[in-house]
Amino acid sequence: MYNFDVVTPNTIAEAAAAMAGDEAQALGGGQTLIPTLKQRLASPNTLVSLSGVSEMQGITKSGDTLRIGGATTHHAVASDGSYPGLSGLAGQIGDPAVRNRGTIGGSLANNDPAACYPAAALASGATIITNTREIAADDYFQGMFETALEEGEIITAVSFPIPQAANYQKFVQPASRFALVGVFVAKYASGVRVAVTGASNDGVFRWTEAEEALSRDFSAAALEGLSVSEDDMISDLHGTARYRAHLIKVVTARAVTAAS
Amino acid sequence: MPRDTGIGAATLRREDVRFLTGTGEYTDDIVLAKQTYAVFARSTVAHGKIKSIDTSAAAQMPGVLAVFTGDDFVDVGGNPAGWLINSRDGEPMKEPKRPVLAHGKVRHVGDAYAAVIAETVEQARDAVEAIEADIEELPAIIDMNAALSSSTYVHDEIETNQCFDWGWIEDNREATDTAIKNAHHVTTLELVNNRLVPNAMEPRASIGSYKASTGEYTLHTTSQNPHLTRLLISAFVLGIPENMLTVIAPDVGGGFGSKIYHYGEEALVLAAAKQVGRPVKWTADRTESFLTDAHGRDHVTKIELALDAEGNFLAFRTDTKANVGAYLSNFSTATPTFLHGTLMGGNYTVPLVYVNVKAVFTNTAPVDAYRGAGRPEATYSIERVIDKAARELGMDPIELRRKNFVKPDQYPYASAAGLEYDAGNYDALMDKMEEVADISGFEARRKASEAKGLMRGLGVNAYIEACGIAPSNLVGVLGSRVGLYDAATVRVNATGNISVMVGAHSHGQGHETAFPQVVSDMLGIDASTIDIVHGDTSKIPFGMGTYGSRSLAVCGSAVVRATEKIIVKAKKIAAHMLEVTDQDISLNDGVFSVEGTNKSVTFGEVALKAYIPHDYPLESIEPGLEETAFYDPANFTYPSGAYACEVEVDPETGKVRVDRMCAVDDFGNVINPMIVTGQVHGGLAQGIGQALVEQTFYDEYGQLLSASYMDYTMPRADDLPMFQVDHSQGTPCVHNPLGVKGCGEAGAIGSPPTVVNAVVDALQSGGHNITHIDMPVTPVRVWEAMQNAK
Ligand SMILES: Cc1cc2nc3c(=O)[nH]c(=O)nc-3n(C[C@H](O)[C@H](O)[C@H](O)COP(=O)(O)OP(=O)(O)OC[C@H]3O[C@@H](n4cnc5c(N)ncnc54)[C@H](O)[C@@H]3O)c2cc1C
Repeated sequence: MYNFDVVTPNTIAEAAAAMAGDEAQALGGGQTLIPTLKQRLASPNTLVSLSGVSEMQGITKSGDTLRIGGATTHHAVASDGSYPGLSGLAGQIGDPAVRNRGTIGGSLANNDPAACYPAAALASGATIITNTREIAADDYFQGMFETALEEGEIITAVSFPIPQAANYQKFVQPASRFALVGVFVAKYASGVRVAVTGASNDGVFRWTEAEEALSRDFSAAALEGLSVSEDDMISDLHGTARYRAHLIKVVTARAVTAAS
Repeated sequence: MPRDTGIGAATLRREDVRFLTGTGEYTDDIVLAKQTYAVFARSTVAHGKIKSIDTSAAAQMPGVLAVFTGDDFVDVGGNPAGWLINSRDGEPMKEPKRPVLAHGKVRHVGDAYAAVIAETVEQARDAVEAIEADIEELPAIIDMNAALSSSTYVHDEIETNQCFDWGWIEDNREATDTAIKNAHHVTTLELVNNRLVPNAMEPRASIGSYKASTGEYTLHTTSQNPHLTRLLISAFVLGIPENMLTVIAPDVGGGFGSKIYHYGEEALVLAAAKQVGRPVKWTADRTESFLTDAHGRDHVTKIELALDAEGNFLAFRTDTKANVGAYLSNFSTATPTFLHGTLMGGNYTVPLVYVNVKAVFTNTAPVDAYRGAGRPEATYSIERVIDKAARELGMDPIELRRKNFVKPDQYPYASAAGLEYDAGNYDALMDKMEEVADISGFEARRKASEAKGLMRGLGVNAYIEACGIAPSNLVGVLGSRVGLYDAATVRVNATGNISVMVGAHSHGQGHETAFPQVVSDMLGIDASTIDIVHGDTSKIPFGMGTYGSRSLAVCGSAVVRATEKIIVKAKKIAAHMLEVTDQDISLNDGVFSVEGTNKSVTFGEVALKAYIPHDYPLESIEPGLEETAFYDPANFTYPSGAYACEVEVDPETGKVRVDRMCAVDDFGNVINPMIVTGQVHGGLAQGIGQALVEQTFYDEYGQLLSASYMDYTMPRADDLPMFQVDHSQGTPCVHNPLGVKGCGEAGAIGSPPTVVNAVVDALQSGGHNITHIDMPVTPVRVWEAMQNAK
């Protein structure tokens, strides 16, 4: 690590002020950022720790909406249960040590192309709430590690409309156990949304053909005849592009079966 | 009483108390007064010409005490290969120098070309970033075939990338070719034995220190064999007189082979300690471990098996390219040759074996022995090709093996690959395996899997390996530059407790528990009063270290011999005390007694007498009770086994799940069955890891893409089934006093072909015409194989 300062704000306002400093960076659970610092791949002047900001903690349900504070841990979401599909996803992230530290805000800010939460946020049509604005999930994810966040912007909460049925299936990359292909399926009165993580060079994306088919008939059989193009799929030592394209359909079918 | 702590007792491992409570002491835990820190500058390119290294800015950085480059070590020696291999044409192998720090060229990603010594690790790291190295990138030699035809050389001075072209047994070559040409049936298989990163939990670490007043050096280091490390540093690399260098390997957190060898970092910290006048510590980070620990395996092989119409084996012919990486690590030339070629007859009465091995230099990390060392490569080739032959001939794979087994009445059996097997019973192992694995229940389990939409396969295997390496006179003829004996001193203290100084090093094997059981059994005293001392060249007589499952067979035998000497002397003392002759004395349960009388003295009384010899036969025996023995075995030992594995394969994703894994091993006599079971479990986990998940991936530029746990998969508990392990069918080794064979590597040797055989069987049962998939059998490989077979 290179040297840096740490500040521990208590409010969003204090955190936002600290983030305005030169080369300041938000610190969530540190599960991605600390290893990066240890390898000297980043050199912030100041880390703004968000774990003491009480406004960014906790989960509240009002009507059909679940609001999760940006500094809420994966473990807290996994234990909540108001949105079972989402809790199921959070419980599959990493191991207990990671889940007790890692946060939803950190995961969504990082937008790792193989991370789990982006699939839930996109499939649920969630709203990413920051210290300055609200961003619809459809506008938020902009490719691998790219998001709509501005410099210094903090995810203070995420708001999820709770669906009628949902499920996340993760076919793991065997080493990291992130998603080689992860699919989140969410069924709303307005229709079904399907988001895919792990597979594409463009990061998390919606499989709209499947959404249409599943909105007509929410069953694995509805996917027969559909296929995903391998064109933009990731190809690496864990999976060829055509394998990932194939897995998307298999995993989606499994998620639909598990949700229904 | 001794029965509970002697040979055969499943006592808990006493060393586990400190390991599990965090009170073990590893090299990095040791803090020497005024200790400083070394950090290495390592190449980011696989192959490059070092045009200049400017260390002036680094030397001015805060806390920096010294900066070293390859220039500082041109006048000292290189790290040698321990085994000379001659090519088929009689030419000795090519042995380019392996310097302490790269000089002239860097030859793999991670090759160290400079080192900084500073007050803190962070300061040393900062200074390493300030070193300006001008390294001109050269084409990387990664693929072995390309290496052999390339005019770019990893080592320019040898003008080839081939280290040797070895034939075994060369006199069999023509006869083998003829047998294959004329055979009723020949089965051919091309396969890759995948390169593995050892991944010991504890990374390598070393502390060099130097005492100017006496000229003595001390090296604390993560080593499986401190004496060999001392010998290499003294005789080959730095020229420090052996009596001026102490090497201490304290608790070591796993080695799997990778800590057998001497590495440049050890020499660097010693030389640096002398220059800066303070101890110098280096601890690898995980990335350095991935890039610079000696890797394992990496063979590309074509094997042919010739059979007659009845399925009798006529010949095995093997053609292997073995990657040795960028430099010759200490055992790298022995592993693909004598530890591999000599096992190519397997458990079978095959009359002809011929093996050709070409060792190839590439711009990758050095490759050397890794748990099993050559024998897994041999077993994998043999047992995969037999399985394929059974399928081609429509024979049952168990029956085909049984038909060709060496039979119990054929021992000693001279194998066609040049070894003399001393004892075994392969049919008994197979019988036991069929029972423990419930082979007869397989079809029902297959139906149950199919009902779930999964393909189920059964794989079997029979292996033999060679452990306890081995008679010095034999290995000397074969090219070894060291002797392969071991040593032990048994010191009975005045108060009757015992210290046993052993040359074997324990880094997970449980010697601290098992060795006392042997002494306990022989002396009839409780093992809790017996203690093992190991890992410190100043405390132990000598030792060749721990690898090749040799500790008990070789060093344990030295312990037996030294204890026998103790008994002889103790009986003389007892005879004097009881006023009889020593022939009249017998030792039972720690008591020396005269048969037919009630006269007796205890072991403790004899010990005390030896150290307080007031009334003592000083004219015929010396005071004290301490004996040393060196033991050089008469032969290798030959563990063998029969394994079975059942897998389920998901036809939609290609994912393989190991459902059942059964290992029936013949380890000869067993000293501590619980430790043996644990060793088999560890070996199976590593073997299944190799078969299913572990993938070392260099890209065409020589970048190691699998250089972290984000991409290199280690087997985890949930990848593994509950193991069925049996070692009830032991046939004692006939030439060592304990009748033991060695159990440390068997699991890693026997399991990979068993798993792959099972996967192929599963795919065949699902109607896929697939006869082979290379390891690791990852989901994508299985799925791609299914697509390609359509
Ligand atoms: C062993 C291991 C296994 C893992 N497995 C999985 C897995 O299976 N699936 C998965 O999805 N993830 C996995 N992760 C990643 C884990 O979920 C991380 O917790 C997550 O990616 C980052 O969250 P964090 O709170 O730790 O963020 P940090 O590491 O603290 O920060 C990550 C990035 O986000 C920024 N940031 C943090 N919080 C905010 C915020 N509130 N607003 C704006 N920016 C912010 C930081 O500045 C930084 O750039 C794993 C991690 C580890 C170490």
